[in-house]
This record gives sequence, C-alpha cells and structure tokens, in this order.
Amino acid sequence: MARISDERAARWGYSGVAALRNSKKQLAFMVILVMIALWGYAVGMHGKIVGYRDVYSVTREIPWGMLIAGYIFCVVTSTGLCLVSCVGHVFGYEPYMPIAKRSVFLAIVFMLCGFSIIFFDIENPFRMAVWNVISPNFASNMWWMGTLYGLYLLALCVEYYFLLEQNHSFSRFAGFMGVLFGVAAHSNLGGIFGMLYGRQEWYGPYMPIYFIVSAMMSGGAAIIFFTCLARLIDPEILDQKQERAINAVRQLTIMLICVIIFFTIWKVLCGIVVPEKYIAIHAFLVGRYAPLFWIGEVALGFIIPLVFFIVSKGVNYKLMFWGSGLMVIGIFFMRYNLVLEGEVVPGFAGLHVLEYPSVLNYTPSFHELAIVIAGVSMTIFGFMFGEKVFNGHKFQKHEVVPAGAFICPGCGGIHYLKEGETHDEAERRHHKLSFRAPK
Amino acid sequence: MDFNKIDLDNLKEESLDNVSGLERRNFLKMGLMITGLFAGGKILSVVSKVDEVFASTVNFAEEYPYKPHYSMVIREGLCIDCQRCMVACHKTNNVPEYGWRTKILEKITPDAIGRKRGFMPILCNQCNNPPCVRACPTKASYKDQRNGIVRIESKKCIGCKACMLACPYDARYFNEEKHAVDKCDFCYESRLSKGKKLTACAAVCPTGARIFGDISDPNNVVYKMVHQIEREVWVLRPAVGTKPNVFYMKATNPSPWALRRQPDIR
Repeated sequence: MARISDERAARWGYSGVAALRNSKKQLAFMVILVMIALWGYAVGMHGKIVGYRDVYSVTREIPWGMLIAGYIFCVVTSTGLCLVSCVGHVFGYEPYMPIAKRSVFLAIVFMLCGFSIIFFDIENPFRMAVWNVISPNFASNMWWMGTLYGLYLLALCVEYYFLLEQNHSFSRFAGFMGVLFGVAAHSNLGGIFGMLYGRQEWYGPYMPIYFIVSAMMSGGAAIIFFTCLARLIDPEILDQKQERAINAVRQLTIMLICVIIFFTIWKVLCGIVVPEKYIAIHAFLVGRYAPLFWIGEVALGFIIPLVFFIVSKGVNYKLMFWGSGLMVIGIFFMRYNLVLEGEVVPGFAGLHVLEYPSVLNYTPSFHELAIVIAGVSMTIFGFMFGEKVFNGHKFQKHEVVPAGAFICPGCGGIHYLKEGETHDEAERRHHKLSFRAPK
Repeated sequence: MDFNKIDLDNLKEESLDNVSGLERRNFLKMGLMITGLFAGGKILSVVSKVDEVFASTVNFAEEYPYKPHYSMVIREGLCIDCQRCMVACHKTNNVPEYGWRTKILEKITPDAIGRKRGFMPILCNQCNNPPCVRACPTKASYKDQRNGIVRIESKKCIGCKACMLACPYDARYFNEEKHAVDKCDFCYESRLSKGKKLTACAAVCPTGARIFGDISDPNNVVYKMVHQIEREVWVLRPAVGTKPNVFYMKATNPSPWALRRQPDIR
C-alpha cells in the first residue's frame, strides 16, 4: 500500500492498517469473514469451471435467480446510501452531513460486492469488458445500467477522495455527479424489468420508480444499521452530531417505508385484477412463495422496522439496531421476490399445456447461496475495515486544534476562520451553503 | 300520394348468388377485424389478428420489410407428436440434450367431445419487434436485415441472459458448449445459407404440420396460407406486440400430398 504522509493521514483521519490490530476479537472476526468470503468465491469459481447449468438452480424458464437478487440488493443499497448521504453534503441539509463519509465509503463497498456477485452470474464476464465497449446496444437497458454504474462507481471514488481531503467543493460536485449517474443507472436497472414487454408482472413504469424510492429506503436502513454496528465497534464515534443525523435518517426511513408499503399495496391490488398477473400475485400471497412475502418482505422489511423505529424515538439504539438489521434482511427478501415474481409464471401458462405448469418452482442451490454469502461477508468485512482504518469515518480525534481553526459541527473536519468570521459563517463558507442561519 | 312505379322487369337481383367474391371477402374481413379487435385485449388471444403480425398496419402487408421474409405456418391439427422435427433439429444444429430450439407442447382437454389431445409445435417466432434484440447489451442478438431472422453472434454473447428473460416464447437457452445463448435461426447457419430451401423440421415433418417459406413472395405457399380469410390464422401472445413470423392455423384434414411435403423445394 502506498505510503500516506502524516499530514495527509491527519487530514483523512487515517489510522493505518495497524489499527486493525487494536482489538484481537474484531480482527479474528474479520479474518473469519474473509475466510467465508474466499470460501464462497471458491465455490463460485468451481461453478464457473464445471458450468453453471450443473450447479445453479436457474433454468431457461427462470434464468435469473438468487444471484441477481443479491446483486440488486447490493447495488440498490449502494444507490440508497449515496442518495441519502447526498441530502447532507451535496444538497446542504445540515443534519445529514455527519453521515457522508461512512455512507459514501459503504456505497463503494456495496457496489464492489454487488459486482463480485454478478461476476458469477454472467457467463462470460471477460467478453463483457470487450463487447460492451466496441459493440454497444444503446437500446438496451442492460448496457446503460452497466455503463452508468461504472461511471457511478468512479464518481463515488472521486467523491470519497475529496471528502477525505476535506475539499468540499470537489466532493460536492463529484457527489452531485454520483447522484445523477446513480439515479440514471438505478432507474435503468428498474428499466430492465420495466421494459420487458413480454413479462406482464414487470412491464410498465412502476419498476424504475419503485427502484429509486426503495433504494432510498434501503439506504436509510443501511445507514442506521451500520452506524449502530459502528457504535458497537467504537462507542466513541457516536457524538451529538451523529446522533442527530441518525435521528434524521430514521425519520426519513420511516416515511420511505410507508411509501413503499403504499407501493406494494397497489402492486398487489392491480395484480389481482389481471388474470396473468394474478397467478404470480396469488403464488406470493397464499401460494408456495407466501412465506417469502409475508415473513420476509412484510414482517421483516416493513412492519417490524416501522414499529421499532417509531418506538425507539431515535434514542434507543438497541431497538434501532434490531429494526434496521431485520429490515436489511427483509430488503433482501424484497429483491428476491421482485426477481422471482416476474418469472414464476411461464409465458405459455395461459395455453394450459402439460409442459408448462401455472407456477414454476425455484429454490436457490448451494452454489448460489454460497456466492451471496461471500458477497455479504465481504460487505461486512469492508465495513469493519473502513471503521478501523479510517477511524470510524471521523476525522482525527483532534487533541490540538490549530490556531484560528475549529472543528466543524457539521462534518467534523477542521475549518479555518477568516478574519472577522464566526464559526457559523466559516462552516457555511466551507460547505458552500449560500443560505444564512436564522438569527 | 305518388309512388314511383316499380320496374319489375329491370329490378336488380339481390339474392346471395349474385354477390361478388370481392364483396364476400370484404364482408368477412370486416367481421374478422371486429372479432380480432375485441379479442385484442386478451392475452393469448386465439382469434385471428392477422393484421397485427405484419410490419405494416393495413390488413395484409403491402410490402414485407425483408426479402426473402422467412416465415413458418404451423397447422396445428396435423401435428402427431412424432417428434421427428425435434430430432432433426438436434442433429442438424448440434443442439445439446439439455436444450431445445423447437418443441411440441401437449394439451389435454378432458371435457372435449371427440378428440381430447392436441399438439402444438413451438419455436422462435422470429419477431419483427423482438424484445430479445432490444434487451441484448452487446448486439449479440440481432435481426438479420437480409431475411428477418433473429440471429445470435455467439462471440459477442456475455451470458447475462437478459434475452432469455425478455423472450415471451421461451425460445432461448444457454448453450454451454458455445458459451452463448442459442435459439432457432430457421436453420440459417446449417441449411438456408448453404442453399437449402427448408428448415430441418419442415423438411422431415411427415404430415405437413410445418410449412416454411417466404411470406414476401405472392407465389409462395406461406404467403398463400396467410393471405386468405377462409381459415383463421393466429399468432402466439399477440398482445405482447412482438409481431411474430410464425403463424398458426387449424387443419384437421390432411392436405394434398404436394402441399404436405413441399416436395419441389425439399
């Protein structure tokens, strides 16, 4: 790893890789996570060598399964982390500012883990690198999604670098580009489903809209969950500013859960009246996939977190930890259900032929599960690595604040005062906030 | 009150015998259009909607976008499930045992009077508006501009399987040997490009359930079969809007031998 000068390390809040050794317990946990991830990826490589047809449960009728659900889960959460954190440090709503660094870092981690999962779903990932560039199909949502997610990841990395550098002009610009690319890429992911006019369950403008809103919901859940986890790793990170930020995110997340519940209710109601959609909806409401919907999606994803978040009042971290943790699991089920519901009813179901049952069966195979577990382990490892090496995504625990400077209550960085300037004005200048505080 | 005197001697006869063929056709066409229109909202409508499957919006296409414009007519009642088409397809196109390019579906209607079993061959519909081609990120799937066949350039296929998801007819599968998605190409690579006139399945079909030809040619049998109104012609899942080039019609009586086997082009 390239050497980072002391001055830069101080600015970045970088504690060095040596910080990983601070707690033997946590280090051991991280080693276990890496081992699980390596095991999962090794299982995936085994699948790649022997051929996916033999080891995955996906078929020609259900070509997308668990892995696509895992990929969508990761990239949705990444987009959500980016969008929610941008409320603060890009669009200037102060309470959200302290979460920016951790969120952007996690957005990068989630994105990379998502890519690692889809690597094992795409049959020829190396051909993709070549033909995506020299033979693009501009009419394909898939192409746009891949390309825009690439740009999005780049924007996130630039954004994170400038956040570390405390250069808020550039980080803000990069963050804004990240939002643009993120929304475009993510709505194209929804568009992949929404523009398949052969699949009634997905077709329509619902999917891209749903994807963006549910991304923000996922982002909110992830921020709360990972901040609560970070608090377990180092209780000191949760200062007053962070507490305020978490409460603000909690409020937003409550609202977004309600919005998604509303979306889901209407999806179900509209599905019931169309015969072809009804078969799929029926399978998820009372049929063989009902537990996935009621327990996975509704209970874990909506009801429990909603109740826990409201009851916690933003101060009970234990409740919020459990609420957001269960919600993250519930969100995984949501993605899984979303992928399956469009596929379980074969196109020829209406012909009532013997070859096509009305509802197809899909259960993920060992290989598919192992790869998703690997991706999730890598995400948690990446999170812990970030917490340790970047000092809980806080800036250096400034014992000595340089003369003429102060610790910004918004971002936690060191801001320098110009002559005759108050702290408040310096903060606003530093974060390029044009509006003035009420007197 | 004055009445015009009726000139009984010169009265135009209005009996059915005198209706011209053209008038009959127009009337039937209108009826068919109306039925088709009402059935149009139904997914998997089996009522004739011939106009929907053409690239042009008029009843019968004035001009087809490709020359030749390869199409197939499947005469459902004639299929006896001998599966010779499937065997021929596997052999001709090196289709692995786990995949298929064409298949025969079986349908049993226990309540029906008389015949209770029916067979329905399916294959890629070579749509004029193919969802798979739009979904492919690298143009590995494309519509061949020379003949309208939806083809795959294997080396470009990244294996994302978006096309399999997009296809409403379950016509695609992933071929491990080719490392690419594979599908029916009307035997273009294995036969048509080598000068043969029929697909392998059409050539071996013993009952003439599969009729293959060029729908842009008025002398071709496929053109004649589709451009008529005496028998219903339909396509699969018309509501999806893919405009398929595989047409279905019912035929329970065996056709003349010549038509059955298309002997002139075998």
